[in-house]
Amino acid sequence: MSEPLLSVRDLRVSYQVGRNFVHAVDGASFDIPRGSITGLVGESGCGKTTVARALTRVIAENAAITGGQILFDGKDLAKIPEREMNALRWRDIAFIPQSAMNSLDPVYTVEYQLAEVLRRRGGMNRKQARARSEELFEMVGIDANRLNDYPHQFSGGMRQRVAIALALALDPKLIIADEPVTALDVIVQRQILDQLKELQTRLGVSVILVTHDISVVAYICDRTVVMYAGKVAESGTMQAALTAPSHPYTMGLRNAFPDLQGAASGILTPIEGAPPNLANPPTGCRFKPRCPFALDICGTEPPVVDVAPGHPVLCHRANESAALRIEAARTETWMAPA
Amino acid sequence: MDGPGMNMITKRPDILVSVFDAKLHYDVGGAFAAMRGKSTVVKAVDGVSFDIRRGESVGLLGESGCGKTSMGRLLLKLEEKTGGTIHFNGEEIGAVRGSGLKKFRSKAQLIFQNPFDAINPRFTIRQTLSEPLENADIPKREREDRIIAALELVKLPEPAQFLDRYPHQLSGGQLQRVVMARALILQPEFVVADEPVSMLDVSVRAGVLNVFRDVRDRLGLTAIYISHDLALVRYVCERTIVMYLGGIMEDGPTEDIVREPLHPYTKALVAAVPVPNPDQSHDPLPIGRGAPDPRNPPSGCVFRDRCPAAHARCAAEIPQPKPVGTRTVACHLY
Amino acid sequence: MPEIAAAAIIKSRRPHILARMFRALRLPMNDPFAVAGLLIYLVFIVVAVFADQIATHDPTEILYTPAYDLAADLRPGQDGFIMGTTSLGRDIFSQLVYGSRSALLIGITAAFMVALIGSIIGLVAGYFGRWVDAILMRLADIAFGIPFLPFVIVLAAFLRPSIWNVVIAMALVLWRDTARVIRSQVLTLRTRGYVEAARVAGSSDFKIILRHIAPNILPLSFLYGSIAIGWAILTEASISFLGFGDPDSISWGYMLQDAFASQALAKQAYYWFVPPGICIILVVSAGFFITRGYENILFPKLSR
Repeated sequence: MSEPLLSVRDLRVSYQVGRNFVHAVDGASFDIPRGSITGLVGESGCGKTTVARALTRVIAENAAITGGQILFDGKDLAKIPEREMNALRWRDIAFIPQSAMNSLDPVYTVEYQLAEVLRRRGGMNRKQARARSEELFEMVGIDANRLNDYPHQFSGGMRQRVAIALALALDPKLIIADEPVTALDVIVQRQILDQLKELQTRLGVSVILVTHDISVVAYICDRTVVMYAGKVAESGTMQAALTAPSHPYTMGLRNAFPDLQGAASGILTPIEGAPPNLANPPTGCRFKPRCPFALDICGTEPPVVDVAPGHPVLCHRANESAALRIEAARTETWMAPA
Repeated sequence: MDGPGMNMITKRPDILVSVFDAKLHYDVGGAFAAMRGKSTVVKAVDGVSFDIRRGESVGLLGESGCGKTSMGRLLLKLEEKTGGTIHFNGEEIGAVRGSGLKKFRSKAQLIFQNPFDAINPRFTIRQTLSEPLENADIPKREREDRIIAALELVKLPEPAQFLDRYPHQLSGGQLQRVVMARALILQPEFVVADEPVSMLDVSVRAGVLNVFRDVRDRLGLTAIYISHDLALVRYVCERTIVMYLGGIMEDGPTEDIVREPLHPYTKALVAAVPVPNPDQSHDPLPIGRGAPDPRNPPSGCVFRDRCPAAHARCAAEIPQPKPVGTRTVACHLY
Repeated sequence: MPEIAAAAIIKSRRPHILARMFRALRLPMNDPFAVAGLLIYLVFIVVAVFADQIATHDPTEILYTPAYDLAADLRPGQDGFIMGTTSLGRDIFSQLVYGSRSALLIGITAAFMVALIGSIIGLVAGYFGRWVDAILMRLADIAFGIPFLPFVIVLAAFLRPSIWNVVIAMALVLWRDTARVIRSQVLTLRTRGYVEAARVAGSSDFKIILRHIAPNILPLSFLYGSIAIGWAILTEASISFLGFGDPDSISWGYMLQDAFASQALAKQAYYWFVPPGICIILVVSAGFFITRGYENILFPKLSR
């Protein structure tokens, strides 16, 4: 219906390690619609954190965006000058890094840290900042009296809520959260996720949730972007991607998650092998060595095929996905990869 | 001094491990806290009792701070308990020393959580696996064979290629299998697995867990599987013990607990697990906010400040574990 | 901790024992200063070892010119004395050469003792903790309270003046820094999973210390050893300059003291006191350069 809030086109990000270049993100494209929660899913090394950081241009010193576009509000974030980008941070796009709860400064009260953002970047005076801080705490479910406490006086879950409050401070359009609940216990995790969902409904903010846990994605995300080895394997609505995955990797990932509601005897099926080394990426499809459905043609770069409107899949056999899905559900398929 | 545990052992040889009223209290000190009248004692494990039959796989389930890791360490004598008794094979482990301790170590092993931390990065795989063999005085000529056998047991393909490699040359999944191989190389009877797959990628976990199940069945191991992930515990263990703030809340067959949790905490735990099913419910959890503080547990039932069913009796009296059907539950509701 | 993408799994052979030793020492090869430092050491070591061949005369011998005059206060180049002579008629060049022997002997011995004692104490205190730790660290506190140079002087007063006074004094007192640092490193290492794994596997404490912990603290020991070499040489020079040194052995400090006492500055005999001064600076600086090189290796973030 409306134009997407954020549109990533063929993004490429590389790191320099010694004399090697690691192409952490190698052509990622996806859209973030307004008012949605999108899950950016993948295992370690797939590039999801790099993408998340590239969106706000807080990447490491030895890394650079080497290609592609990040279209946001009519601007290309990959190309605008740093000053312009800095103006956008916190105000339009907020980033919650991994273990944000551990990055709160222990020698300042949380109110001070909130006020820092509100006053310096939001231009509020002390009274306005205090009022807004109380409002934010109410939104994330913390007692406003605790504004004067220090980070170590909060539990992990509470600190994560503080981190979320910090992100919401200036009412951004987009929040990017990198593994926001991974370090938390399951009950707190559920509560934080509920809170995020409620905030998203109430404020209409868009959220990108970076995680390796597809159960988390299944719980609150509307859309999913699945990444593998620096590329987007498939992306689409969460229903489509998880209940009816079209890329063999997503199918395999599904099998590897034990389902509490399913039968106890269900076998967990691993995906044998390991992701490729991104300093020297192989030609052709990167999932080929581990894919039970690989054919010779998979040695060439796979095309992006839309198996449904808005559901692109990076696979030579995307059109056969319905049949492959049935095969993938059987354990034997994965026991002897091609 | 031995309590009921000793009698149980002599009457029931099928029990491998018997724990009675085990306690692990730390004094975290701090003169300031003491002056303010705040408690300085952390009760990591506070009066825990259970028996493990030979060949059983028991999950120790709970969130951080519940005492499950501490309990696992107590069972292996990696911490000295501050109270209660723990019997292994009929013998109380508190007094075990010297050669008895060596024998105990060869029979009871630990599988670590982080494979990269659990193996000396400067040792080759061969050296890592030789260490337990050296300690057990296995003659040199036998060692290589036993190392290869252990690696085959954990399904590392072509084990010989790994012997001279260093940890950083292996993937996480491979390294965790080496950790398992090291634990199993002396053919122990009892294994404590401390969140063995939590540091691994999702698609690799399944492989390692399958190996664990396979090995356990083949060697007839008795196992304790420590985790905060109910779905994983269910995959490996036929019985689960749910812990909270140093105490056991519920203890029984895993399937029953998952299908019909009795204790209010277990109910919340089961409801909280996200499943990869887009159609799951989003009802709020039946549990209060707040976080457990091991230093200041509530009086009476340790769960009462978050329990939706708490009543007057819960503050006054610590609930004793009672049998309910196939399980044991520590709750005044039963 | 993420899985490492094990793409090209290298087939490796067990590295040669020398290579493993070098790896253990982790000689800092990347830092140009450190390399310069190593080269300087090398030069002086060669000079010290081959002093007999390099020196032109006996450093303590009082010499005469071909004309049978006392060869005193000769300028460099006169009568075949490369660097001239002292007021007493001794060859400066030979003194310089043999001086390197004392310097390195003291430096290396003292450094070795400091590193050894400090490491052992640090290891034991850090690993066993509790009362052992408490006692050893209180000992270190006492050692910290002792002012070093005066202590050496007092020692020289009680024992015969000898170049070994410096070594003894350092061994008794200067292990304190090393011990503290090694101890904290051991405290960190003790929490590593593989140390606990070794315990679970049944290894004795001694075995754990030897095989798992000691190899990881060796680079630190060498770091502090390098620092100690510089201190030893400086201390010896100071002691000799103050007149508490060993009159029977020629050291650079002795040369400085001799020059001072003979009013070399007034005589503008720069060739006398400048060379030993430069040598001291060179060797001590070299020690610190190497130290910096190690720091970059051990604590790479510091350079940012």
